[in-house]
Amino acid sequence: MEVFVQQLINGLTLGSIYGLIAIGYTMVFGIIGMVNFAHGDVFMLSAFIALIVFLVLTTWLGVTSIALALLVVLICAMALTSLWGWATERIAYRPLRGSFRLAPLISAIGVSIFLANFVQVTQGARNKPTPPMVREVIVLWEGANGYAVALSYKQIIIMATTAVLLGIFWYLVQRTSLGRAQRACEQDRKMAALLGIDVDRTISLTFVIGAALAAVAGTMYLLYYGVVSFADGFVPGVKAFTAAVLGGIGSLPGAVLGGLIIGLIETFWSAYFSIEYKDVAAFSILAIVLIFMPSGLLGRPEVEKV
Amino acid sequence: MNAPHAMTAGTAAPATARYDWGAALKDASLAALVTLGLCIPIVLLRTDQGAGVDLLLRPRIGMVASFVAAVFAARLLHHVLLARRAGRPLVEQKAEVRTTPNAVPWAKMGLYAFMGVAMSFPLIVFLIQGGLSESRYWVDLGILVLTYVMLGWGLNIVVGLAGLLDLGYVAFYAVGAYSYALLSTTFGLSFWICLPLAGILAAFWGMLLGFPVLRLRGDYLAIVTLAFGEIIRLVLINWVDFSGGGAGISSIPRVTFFGVPFSADEGGFASLFGLTFSPMHRVIFLYYLILGLAFLTAFVTLRLRKLPVGRAWEALREDEIACRSLGINTTNTKLTAFATGAMFGGFAGSFFAVRQGFISPESFTFLESAVILAIVVLGGMGSQLGVAIAAIVMVAGPELLRNLGFLKAVFGESFDPNEFRFLIFGLGMVAMMIWRPRGLISEREPTAILKERRAISGSHVKEGHG
Repeated sequence: MEVFVQQLINGLTLGSIYGLIAIGYTMVFGIIGMVNFAHGDVFMLSAFIALIVFLVLTTWLGVTSIALALLVVLICAMALTSLWGWATERIAYRPLRGSFRLAPLISAIGVSIFLANFVQVTQGARNKPTPPMVREVIVLWEGANGYAVALSYKQIIIMATTAVLLGIFWYLVQRTSLGRAQRACEQDRKMAALLGIDVDRTISLTFVIGAALAAVAGTMYLLYYGVVSFADGFVPGVKAFTAAVLGGIGSLPGAVLGGLIIGLIETFWSAYFSIEYKDVAAFSILAIVLIFMPSGLLGRPEVEKV
Repeated sequence: MNAPHAMTAGTAAPATARYDWGAALKDASLAALVTLGLCIPIVLLRTDQGAGVDLLLRPRIGMVASFVAAVFAARLLHHVLLARRAGRPLVEQKAEVRTTPNAVPWAKMGLYAFMGVAMSFPLIVFLIQGGLSESRYWVDLGILVLTYVMLGWGLNIVVGLAGLLDLGYVAFYAVGAYSYALLSTTFGLSFWICLPLAGILAAFWGMLLGFPVLRLRGDYLAIVTLAFGEIIRLVLINWVDFSGGGAGISSIPRVTFFGVPFSADEGGFASLFGLTFSPMHRVIFLYYLILGLAFLTAFVTLRLRKLPVGRAWEALREDEIACRSLGINTTNTKLTAFATGAMFGGFAGSFFAVRQGFISPESFTFLESAVILAIVVLGGMGSQLGVAIAAIVMVAGPELLRNLGFLKAVFGESFDPNEFRFLIFGLGMVAMMIWRPRGLISEREPTAILKERRAISGSHVKEGHG
């Protein structure tokens, strides 16, 4: 029982990180129908940006308040990663609109390889550990066999930040004119353009929002694991994509739900079956979902237009 | 380096003779500013492990400045080119559009030239270097390049001909390598029996994995093949009893000259042919072995393109729905492409195992798939010669650059071009998709065409077909 609750907490924390990344995949897929393969690497890049900003704050500027530091790190990482998201869309994807179908995916793979190695060349190939930022834990209860169920402050921060940002994001998509434009482009890009929506700008903003949420995930990842390396974008990226597909690609609540499910499956799988095969489990889910229910849990079935 | 190239689309409205240099300057400054923003933390500050566990920051203002300056200059140059083009009469531009690149005979000549050079490469190197053991480095490099040429040609069948994006190609390479390693170490089978077996097994795995996924649409297919590739690698790492786990399999038997070992003692290759023993005999034999395998791949591909199945592949690449309505069994057609590509991957894999004598899952990561895909994409999907050139440039290029002394003098002692290989791979893939989506040497025209030439969906790139 104690193990179960503990894994539930861990799984939900991990799941919120995956959910945040998954939104970037699902929004881009919804609006231009492409798998943004580089999104995982944008996430990794954002973790590096967060790491560097954090180091600047603590070692150079002497900020001692962790809460303030985290807030500044989060905002800087979001802003700077958004710029990367915008730039990659502008350079690598926009010229391909209307090209043959696989062109954007190949281009995205190129961007993914580029980003990972750009970080490797500029920052070095080693793992980058951070000093532990938040160490406190709350012991929820102690079991009979001495196994304590603990909820760390880190986990609270991660889940709360995710919830708040998802709320803001939800408001943005549902209530603002930007969100309306976005949903219109998703339904019919040509018609939206005819009705005076700046489609290019909307798509750019979609990438910016996706990158900003990936930056939140990157900051949280850094906070949670305390280490990042240039190769860390690939596996979380694929898992988040799995989450997006599982939730139904194109569906925003689906992405969050899928992220939570993937996070839970991963932690429970590691706890009860085998930790070695946890990535195999994630990849298998990806294959199974795509083959047997490509529209996912909350997605709409896709109709092929000729 | 990260100049937003698309931004010029609006500024280049050159109806008037005078080019708007103010706008050009503004655009270039904007691009430079964006570059500055992109560089700010990630290039400006390098994290290094200090004496303790803590990371230290090292500022690199010069590097950022040079990046920004480079982007600014590149943008301005771009505008200069645009301005010159704007000055030209419009008729010339029209002619530019109309010339369809009909490079096929030229490409064929190139392929023969490549074959000739590849066949005589060890001899050339021998004569230049003046000795067998002196030419070892070059022959080894040739083997490496040819391995990638073969892998590229194998993947080309799947990606270039059938239009299926396979991101897990390295899985079949791994199947081939492990087939040979396991069959030879546990059952003592010779390489010449294992080579076809490895191909068959890889093709079998191709069918097994291909069957459920081939009804998926293009990008889903790519992701599922990626997932399968990773699953196979992770299983190889974790199933220690079967594959030796992350430690891999070592002391895999060496290649033999059709049963005659390359050894110094009596009955070895050297004494059989009355030569003085040299370890280079084996290396040169390996070179010709991979050359033969690569040519086999190329030959089979060229012949298959003329068969109904090859034509069906190309048709499938151009328009799947049209294929289906014409009665082509798309699943079977895709499956044959997948299995044929996998088979050549398996051949290459067992060659890799026999050459190295040691294999581990480390050699079969996604990055390897990405390298092979990059070679195919950069070579221009579908073109044999293009893939060969891309493999040579991308595999041998950094290796050769490393030997150039003056680069070290310019960039510092620790400069290693291999580090930048993947940067160039990535940028090259993006650039190819933007400027030459049909490949540098375009062979993406169907082999079977009506007398009257029509545009295929690949050629009206701006229309949104495919």
